[in-house]
Amino acid sequence: MLTPTEADIVRTDPEARSFTVSRKAFADQDILELERERIFDTCWLYLAHESELKKPGDFLTRSVGGRTILLTRDAKGVLHALLNTCPHRGARVCRERSGNAKSFQCFYHGWVFGSDGHLRNLPGEEGYPEGFAQRPTSRLKPVPRFESYRGFLFICFDPNAVSLPDYLGNAKEYIDLVADQSEVGMAVVGGTQEYSIRANWKLLAENSFDGYHASTNHATYLDYLRSTTGGLVPVKLEGIARDLGNGHGVAEYSGPWGRPIAQWIPAWGEEGKQRLDAIYQKLVARFGTERADRIAFTNRNLHIFPNLVINDIMAITVRTFYPTAPDFMSINAWAFAPVDEAPAERQARLFNFLEFLGPGGFATPDDIEALEQCQAGFANRGEVAWNDISKGMGKAVPSYDDEAQMRGYWTEWNRRMFGGQA
Amino acid sequence: MELNRPLTPATVSRSDVEEFLFLEADLIDTWQLPAWLELFTEDGVYYVPSTDVDADASPDNNLFYVADDHFRLGERVKRLMKRTAHAEFPRSRLRHLVSNVRVTGRSEDELRVSCAFITYRSKDGITDSYVGTGLYRLAVRDGQLRIKEKRSILSSDGLRPQGRVSFIL
Repeated sequence: MLTPTEADIVRTDPEARSFTVSRKAFADQDILELERERIFDTCWLYLAHESELKKPGDFLTRSVGGRTILLTRDAKGVLHALLNTCPHRGARVCRERSGNAKSFQCFYHGWVFGSDGHLRNLPGEEGYPEGFAQRPTSRLKPVPRFESYRGFLFICFDPNAVSLPDYLGNAKEYIDLVADQSEVGMAVVGGTQEYSIRANWKLLAENSFDGYHASTNHATYLDYLRSTTGGLVPVKLEGIARDLGNGHGVAEYSGPWGRPIAQWIPAWGEEGKQRLDAIYQKLVARFGTERADRIAFTNRNLHIFPNLVINDIMAITVRTFYPTAPDFMSINAWAFAPVDEAPAERQARLFNFLEFLGPGGFATPDDIEALEQCQAGFANRGEVAWNDISKGMGKAVPSYDDEAQMRGYWTEWNRRMFGGQA
Repeated sequence: MELNRPLTPATVSRSDVEEFLFLEADLIDTWQLPAWLELFTEDGVYYVPSTDVDADASPDNNLFYVADDHFRLGERVKRLMKRTAHAEFPRSRLRHLVSNVRVTGRSEDELRVSCAFITYRSKDGITDSYVGTGLYRLAVRDGQLRIKEKRSILSSDGLRPQGRVSFIL
């Protein structure tokens, strides 16, 4: 194993306020192979939100960390994260995206599994020794680790990993600020944005909590907000960014756009104001003014290492992304909302979401373009070898548009890849 | 469009509809988006649903890729005409093929139309194709067909490898 010095991907010199990352990290196949082994095989990875499986028998399939996963809720309501491959000869057992089923039959030879993964029956059982169906090797294998935090379900392929709460560490505080938005619970809204970017996956990690690019990269989005009637309130774009440790980071800031929980804009009218006031008062009653204000009026771009984004901005998006090649990533994005939200706020939230977010929004396509142009620029990495991530270095309280959160990300990446100092 | 008979939802032929859809495709492909916007009624809307929702899903409670009311559609056009719409600068080259046009329903004030589309988008040496169904609700205004709703339903599994709908489908 290369030491961090031998690998020489992340260079940091606090005295010179210099932090640079080699462009090899974004372009080399060797790096991706090592990331599969040292990051995606060892970190906790987001699988789903429990609201996606409401009833006993509900299931979904999803690709996570290069594996094909079947998530089920059994008849007793217990969730199971199973490796979606037949223990017999390998076929994917469940081939549907989602649904409700009492059992899953492998269509190749007909083995039937319960939603808890146990082998229920198999054709030609007399050809096998007694007790064969009860062997642990005859069932759908559970993912080595499966834990939940506030309804967010994570899996990990390393049996010896720390617990999920320990892994999430300081990021829990920010997940709580999202999960606490409804007494009844939060849920994924129907409809998934499934897209891709022809760029290295870590570029999206950086971009997701990068406050520095807004005014140029998203100029047309800001133009749009200005041209709406009552789409803005006089609130400055300002705040802080934090390296949360373990590679997690957050930018937390105020912004001029409407938040259905609960920053009112004139476009939502007097009735909307009354409803948002009621939502705000409920937050005050539950948490006191300080925390209610934080939930209602601050935006959060949270990044959980290595590849989960929870952005609580003009809407809430939950997003994961995986590399399929050094210069290609697949992204899944969901909208997240209070279960008990009134139809008017739900409509406003989804309208807001598409205004900025996603491959058809007024902002995300320009992010995609930026990331792809970075990747294209890395063709010159032989001559221009380093990315600069030093903005705000040495500041006691880094601003939302500094890069402290990215330095935290890269420090953890370097530690996991090459054993560097955390 | 030259027409020599009074056009109403009852008298519109498939040919009229095809002519209209071909004109629409051409205006998009030649980046005449302000003229394209004129093809909509004053309250006309444009939707691109995500690919895992039902064809008739509502954007009020489902996550779409695009769900523009008329105001935002105008803003989308304004945005796309700017150099700072980075995703489309320099502009991609587009070509729409529109086929399988059918008038699927008529009422007093509107016409329902379905068609198949393939849109090719080329930029920076890469050509992506977008395949899908176009569902239109058309009205007649001052003797001209106008779009009340355009719903472009992708036939693909998400947007891979295309990655974006940064132009008009």
